[in-house]
Amino acid sequence: MRRMQELARNPAMIALFAALMLTGCASKKNNLPNNAADLGLAGNAAPGTQQDFTVNVGDRIFFDTDSSVIRADAAATLDRQAQWLNQYPNYQITVEGHADERGTREYNLALGARRAAATRQYLSTRGVAANRINTISFGKERPVAVCDDISCWSQNRRAVTVLGGAGS
Amino acid sequence: MKMINHILGVPLAMVAALLLLTAGPARAVVEIDINRANVEPLPIAITDFISNDELGAQIAAVVSADLKRSGLFAPIDKAAFIEKISNPDAAPRFQDWRVINAQALVTGRLAREADGRLRAEFRLWDTFANQQLSGEQFFTRPENWRRVAHIIADSIYERLTGEKGYFDSRVVFVSESGPKTARQKQLAIMDQDGANLRMLTNANDIVLTPRFSPSRQEITYMSFEGGQPRVYLLQLETGQRELVGNFPGMTFSPRFSPDGQKVIMSLQQDGNANIYTMDLRSRQTTRLTNTAAIDTSPSYSPDGNQIVFESDRGGRQQLYIMGADGSNQRRVSFGDGSYSTPVWSPRGDLIAFTKQSGGKFSIGVMKTDGSGERILTTGFHNEGPTWSPNGRVLMFFRQPAGAGGPQIYSIDLTGYNEQLVSTPSYASDPAWSPLLE
Repeated sequence: MRRMQELARNPAMIALFAALMLTGCASKKNNLPNNAADLGLAGNAAPGTQQDFTVNVGDRIFFDTDSSVIRADAAATLDRQAQWLNQYPNYQITVEGHADERGTREYNLALGARRAAATRQYLSTRGVAANRINTISFGKERPVAVCDDISCWSQNRRAVTVLGGAGS
Repeated sequence: MKMINHILGVPLAMVAALLLLTAGPARAVVEIDINRANVEPLPIAITDFISNDELGAQIAAVVSADLKRSGLFAPIDKAAFIEKISNPDAAPRFQDWRVINAQALVTGRLAREADGRLRAEFRLWDTFANQQLSGEQFFTRPENWRRVAHIIADSIYERLTGEKGYFDSRVVFVSESGPKTARQKQLAIMDQDGANLRMLTNANDIVLTPRFSPSRQEITYMSFEGGQPRVYLLQLETGQRELVGNFPGMTFSPRFSPDGQKVIMSLQQDGNANIYTMDLRSRQTTRLTNTAAIDTSPSYSPDGNQIVFESDRGGRQQLYIMGADGSNQRRVSFGDGSYSTPVWSPRGDLIAFTKQSGGKFSIGVMKTDGSGERILTTGFHNEGPTWSPNGRVLMFFRQPAGAGGPQIYSIDLTGYNEQLVSTPSYASDPAWSPLLE
């Protein structure tokens, strides 16, 4: 049985993922949406808020194994992030790079940094000033999904855009 | 700690040859046989040290446990002993020990000096040659009794195998607690047998990859303190911490040079990690690699002339060796899969590594030219080998799939005698100290 934890930063997401955990347990397999917007949650958050960014824009993108290439689905998310960040220019952001557990510790620290750097690079090409963007790598130290199959590891290979500075 | 050694009188002649006769080929017991290393352990009787208190039995138990865990000795159950040792200065009745197949016998005595120090003496006997192999005495504070036991075990190990022991040593590691998504990590230190465990940091910040100084009571490690992942030094005796260098990005994967004067580590800049050293005296930093790749996990050869590291410059992680100045960088691993976390053996002849292949994570060793690869253990996830001070045993950590946590294991260089190193909570990133001074 899989366990999903710490997927969300706000109560709406927590409620949502609690529901996902239940369906996940029942079905064994599930495919998590890439961002909250895909879940049809749009509309409740006040524009320009953290919740708006997380729910309506999508705060995270995902990567292939050992890769820091921005996939097409990730590019779509980052395009929305850039548009939003350009609309609300007072926000500093930190991009957190993460790796799944199927690698060694030191390499994963560097891989997470590589993913964060690729994300920053993409956002800057979409007009987000580089000096607004900090990056940090957590390597494999902070998975969001805990399980033992590939669909789960794929949720951990991610870059998360956090409004307002450093911190997990 | 000050330790005073006195040889009680050691008849050296014929000792090794006599053991050869009685123990089977004694050299084969300890020689590293890469093809078939499942040696028959040497039966040894370890009697309780004569003492006024329970410490005599406790020291004997620690000596016995050390030797047993090495896989090279089979301590005999005390219930089988015939002779009760009452005077450790006199020769034992060798026949009584031969009857129970004890090929070696350890006797000893504890006493308190007038100044409160503990005096510990032991003698090692060859029961088939009817003679003493060695004898030593030590003076120390009573609270150091476990160290005395480890030193005695090292002495016995060295006398009977011809190799330096490794029992009087410690392991620094990362103690883990809490759920995997919010795992708390603390630096911790313990004796190599798991005793005397204590935490070195609180659980506020993620800490990773501690490594011992070869020459001081000091470790280097990586911490996420202040949201800035960086390499630090920690003085074990004072608890004083210090940032290593002033680098413009994440520094990680630190390790000391063999003389203890430099820290070698990776510096992350954008998507690339390159290897740098910092001289701890002059604070001078030197860049050793310059690639658009991930170069990390550097480890010096024991003579300090070469460095092994991992790099994905060729696509996947592989092992490379370069001169200590960064010259002549060349790939040495060519097997299937990817290779990482190389560590140069203290003997200089082997490199231990983590290998990923076919969805499995293995611990292995290879010669420094990349030949002679041997996998010692394989499974879902084994990672991060560290060498015992004598280069005979490796510790590493093993992570199960799913929500559980890692634990530390030890395994012989031969691939046999794998043992859990028991810790009160999850444990990862072990690093073995040198033999204590």
